[in-house]
Amino acid sequence: MAPAPGAGQPFRLSMLIHDRHYRALLIQALVFILVMSVASWLVNNTVQNLARMGKTFDFGFLTNRSGYDIPFSLIPYDSNSTHLRAAMVGLLNTLLVSALGCLFATILGVFAGVLRLSRNWLVARLMTVYVEIFRNVPLLLWILVILALFTEVMPAPRDYRVAEDGTAGAEMILFGGIAPTNRYTAVPAIVAEHDPGPVTVLGLQIDAMVVAFALALLAAWMIHLWLRAWAQERQDSTGRRPTTWWISVLLYLLPILGLMQLFGIHLVAPELRGFNFAGGMNLDNGFVVLLLALSLYTGAFIAEIVRAGILAVSRGQTEAAAALGLRPRPIMALVVLPQALRVIIPPLISQFLNLTKNSSLAIAVGYPDLRATLGGTTLNQTGREMESMILMMGIYLAISLIVSAVMNLYNSRVRLKER
Amino acid sequence: MSEVHAETVPFVRDTMLPSAAPPARQSGVVLWLRENLFSGPLNILLTLAGLAAVWGIVSHLWPWFAHAVWNASSIGECRQIIAERHGEGTTGACFAIIRERWNQFIFGFYPAEHYWRPTAVFGLMMFAVAPILFSESRRLRWTVLAVSAVTSFAACVALGAPDRVLLAVGAGFVALAALIEYAPRRALAFSVLYPFLAVWMLWGGSIWSPIAVLAGFALALVVWRLGARLGVGLLGLALGVAAAVWWWAALGPRVAADLQGLMPLALVPVESRSFGGFLLALTIGVSGIVMSLPLGIILALARQSNLPVVRTLAVMFIEFIRGVPLITLLFVASILLNYFLPPGTNFDIILRVIIMVTLFAAAYMAEVIRGGLAALPRGQYEGADSLGLTYWQAQRLIILPQALKISIPGIVGTFIGVFKDTTLVTFVGLFDPLKQMADTIRATFAWKGAYWEPYVFTGAIFFILCFAMSRYAMYLERRLKTDHR
Amino acid sequence: MRYTAFLATVAASALTAGVALAAEGDTLAQVKQRGVLNCGVNTGLVGFAAPDANGNWSGFDIAVCKAVAAAVLGDPSKVKYVPTTGQTRFTALTSGEVDLLARNSTWTFQRDTDLKMDFAGVNYYDGQGFMVRKDLGVSSATELDGATICIQTGTSTELNLADWFKANNMTYQPVNIDSNAEGEQQYMAGACDAYTTDASGLAATRAAFADPDNHVILPEIISKEPLAPATRHGDNNWTDIVRWTLYALISAEEYGVTSANLDELSRSSTNPDVQRMLGATDDYGAMLGLDKEWAKRAIAASGNYGEIFAANIGEQTPIGLPRGLNALWTQGGLMYAMPFR
Repeated sequence: MAPAPGAGQPFRLSMLIHDRHYRALLIQALVFILVMSVASWLVNNTVQNLARMGKTFDFGFLTNRSGYDIPFSLIPYDSNSTHLRAAMVGLLNTLLVSALGCLFATILGVFAGVLRLSRNWLVARLMTVYVEIFRNVPLLLWILVILALFTEVMPAPRDYRVAEDGTAGAEMILFGGIAPTNRYTAVPAIVAEHDPGPVTVLGLQIDAMVVAFALALLAAWMIHLWLRAWAQERQDSTGRRPTTWWISVLLYLLPILGLMQLFGIHLVAPELRGFNFAGGMNLDNGFVVLLLALSLYTGAFIAEIVRAGILAVSRGQTEAAAALGLRPRPIMALVVLPQALRVIIPPLISQFLNLTKNSSLAIAVGYPDLRATLGGTTLNQTGREMESMILMMGIYLAISLIVSAVMNLYNSRVRLKER
Repeated sequence: MSEVHAETVPFVRDTMLPSAAPPARQSGVVLWLRENLFSGPLNILLTLAGLAAVWGIVSHLWPWFAHAVWNASSIGECRQIIAERHGEGTTGACFAIIRERWNQFIFGFYPAEHYWRPTAVFGLMMFAVAPILFSESRRLRWTVLAVSAVTSFAACVALGAPDRVLLAVGAGFVALAALIEYAPRRALAFSVLYPFLAVWMLWGGSIWSPIAVLAGFALALVVWRLGARLGVGLLGLALGVAAAVWWWAALGPRVAADLQGLMPLALVPVESRSFGGFLLALTIGVSGIVMSLPLGIILALARQSNLPVVRTLAVMFIEFIRGVPLITLLFVASILLNYFLPPGTNFDIILRVIIMVTLFAAAYMAEVIRGGLAALPRGQYEGADSLGLTYWQAQRLIILPQALKISIPGIVGTFIGVFKDTTLVTFVGLFDPLKQMADTIRATFAWKGAYWEPYVFTGAIFFILCFAMSRYAMYLERRLKTDHR
Repeated sequence: MRYTAFLATVAASALTAGVALAAEGDTLAQVKQRGVLNCGVNTGLVGFAAPDANGNWSGFDIAVCKAVAAAVLGDPSKVKYVPTTGQTRFTALTSGEVDLLARNSTWTFQRDTDLKMDFAGVNYYDGQGFMVRKDLGVSSATELDGATICIQTGTSTELNLADWFKANNMTYQPVNIDSNAEGEQQYMAGACDAYTTDASGLAATRAAFADPDNHVILPEIISKEPLAPATRHGDNNWTDIVRWTLYALISAEEYGVTSANLDELSRSSTNPDVQRMLGATDDYGAMLGLDKEWAKRAIAASGNYGEIFAANIGEQTPIGLPRGLNALWTQGGLMYAMPFR
């Protein structure tokens, strides 16, 4: 900024109005005082109201026994656990459904977006219909409709039984791998025969298999980086790039396969025993419904983003790259994708954030996410609405801010370096 | 080959042949099919998959729609009729629930004899927004106005509005149409007055209360202008605000009561609690958007400002609102808002929800308008500066008119989002059309188990409204693009 | 665009819709000044509180609201029903949004003390039960080991269920639901083996099924659920009004005062209790800050306790609940009003 015009002159009171520099300070001071007084008014009211109702403000209730059960939990939990642990269970459930939702929505969105541009008239129209129908109807409706589909239309587990006269009941889909029922969706479970049990890392109990896989992948990734640098060097010095892709594939594949062999990891398909499926994993329908609805809904938005991103790269870019003698794959990888991604990524991330926030609609399907545990049952059973709400909003805010920060970092890296 | 000369061959054509029709495979439907559906193995596969999907969906849904029953008094009767007509075990839609209870899906528990009020308000809304939203194309403007005026008038007639009301509504539509045609700038005055009119017509009560509120604004404006003429600037604004607050708090209500005594002019009051269905969704959505607009503009300007304190505060507010799910904000409205207000303050849950939706929409609006501000060429800012305009003059005369215009598609997009999100009010016990209203109807013995029909009905209405708005936004975007590039 | 114009609407809607400020703490004065009783009710449970096609509420809990409105304001229709969910009900009360919560809420220690509420007296003695399909072949809740159970979140039943299964060394798979409507949907579709909630709610739900005979309510009652109208902690006079309105309804049944013979008895009754209650001799209303005929109006609103029970949830209605624990103490039940003296 240019130095203030009044700089160097002795201060007079009238400069507060007429001097730009001092006026800016005055306005900021006034705004600050105004906002602070409103804030203090609110806090003061809150304190008064709490006192009037005889309530206190403390988070001690989090360490009390929760007393309720949660049907779907990633970490050990029962009704003797604390409210804090219940909140943790909820947070992990929120993160789980959000992460999987983002993954499926992206896959779906990329497919739909690309197919919408397809020369195939029928498929392009179908994708348009999908995108428009899902974008223009509230997410809550989709959640309720899919929930009704699952509860009303899907067969009960016992309907999968083959009757005594040999007539088969409902068919399992995906080669007998998945059985959607009106209670849960039975999917194959990943089972390790030689589970080494948990190890303690930095005071945290972590499954040793997770540690092993993480270490193997990390190592593979570092070798991969080194390999690429080596290939680049060779290309720079000799003009020929050695073929390395199969080495990279092996780098990742071999340790994974080896570890799977070592731990005896394999899939176990669900099978009907008695009235219920056993052997596989029975996924809570609340989870499946929410995941499906979130993926389908957000997928429609992502499809539009992907389409816009592809259309944003002008044809001239492809043609110029071809004129330079690049082959289709490098054109895609080096010219089109980087430019399309620059358009796609920021709105994509904001869709991911929307999906995470929308996962709070779990309330409609009874999936125990953060809002349902901390902001639902805990709030209700303890009557600590102020503390629970503040904590819950803080957690959602933290998730958003962390993701936004990562996005801003990315944006500043890929921004067009103009001017 | 060299022997072949024109002279040696027996026949030489001296006229052009009429061009033959292309082979059947290269023309018409077949060509279109070949090019668009079966141009390669992948395409054939996709087409077949698409056809299978369409067939799967249609074959499942068609019988259900085809067997629809519109005339029945309960779900049991419906099923009986379907079984009689189409044989045992067939399924069919029971749209009789819509026929019997459509009014609740649309109006909630709004008193039936006053249904014309929201209907007329909706028709008038189109007249209020027409000068702003449909200023680009005369044809579109008149199509929208004609359709909305005729339908809302017809609906008023059908819903049994008294004759004098019909006369007033009809005359109002005609007068407004004339105003928009001949004095479009004056018509903006109606857009400004409309929210007061709408609030009065929807909630009822004495007409003098909204007029008294309006008078407060007029008072503030007069004081401010006077101050500006005397050259006290900011002080004048502060005095104006103080005068308005004094009017609203002390004098206004008394004056309104006195005027009501002198000239009684009132509609039957209707409680917020009676609002439900799409009336509730639209009331919350529209008031949220309208009220968030000024807030959003201020936030966007604050975020672009070069005063660090102002900018930081704006960023904090915007990021906070955008970082939490709307449903938590609604729970704040429902269970926490009363903590933040002075002890004993207590107002309507619908009003509290509107406040929260307004704050929510304002944060998104601020981002949309910020985009509009950023899209303006720098030359516009520099031009305004070089003319010697002050900050507010430049914003008012140069920057905002252009920035807001290019933000309209984004604003419509935000409205679609907010309108869809109004269904979430079901979780704080309000009667939204999608869940709470449907649940209430399903709780009665007659309609237990009617899940799909309400979903189809409300879904269709949401789709029609949102799809129309999104198309309109896209149309506008295209139009505005050609204007500026 | 005339953006300044929109500034107008911000304040306008807030002001025209009306912000009510009232004296703090004194609920009776607030209600009288407002002229209407804000009563928190269920969003929809047939028999207890449900709106009809015109938005008129009716039900067992609604009758309590009407009686209190009649006693305080003289008109049983001066009630604003505020539908509350299991999540929002208590905060609606403590934050002052409603004056009275008549929403089948259980009177528990923690709610009475920590949640800062007062319970005015039990209007329905309930207990948590289970409903299952007949073809499941289950005749006792102890056979429900490993079952999938639908349960409303945010209710005391959720905690009871966890405790009871733990105490009996059994496991279960909860299916969390948000409202009774959703519970019915899931249970009917077979998404859960059993549906658990208050036995009265189960009866109401079962009665509404197309095939009630195919469902049984298991004999075990696993908890005590005394349902009571609640008021804010700290306003004793208001709690007294609600309590004694409730007792007036119960006493009326005990003394044979019905909506039919109310007028006659208020003139001719020789029972001193009835005379005092109906304001024929002493002015008990003044001690509550009400007028002489408060109890008379409360009874006139929808009849005495027995009449209310019979009209909304009794054996003649589709819900068909027997009086059971809710019979008068003289008839082997627990309904015992404190004496009017």
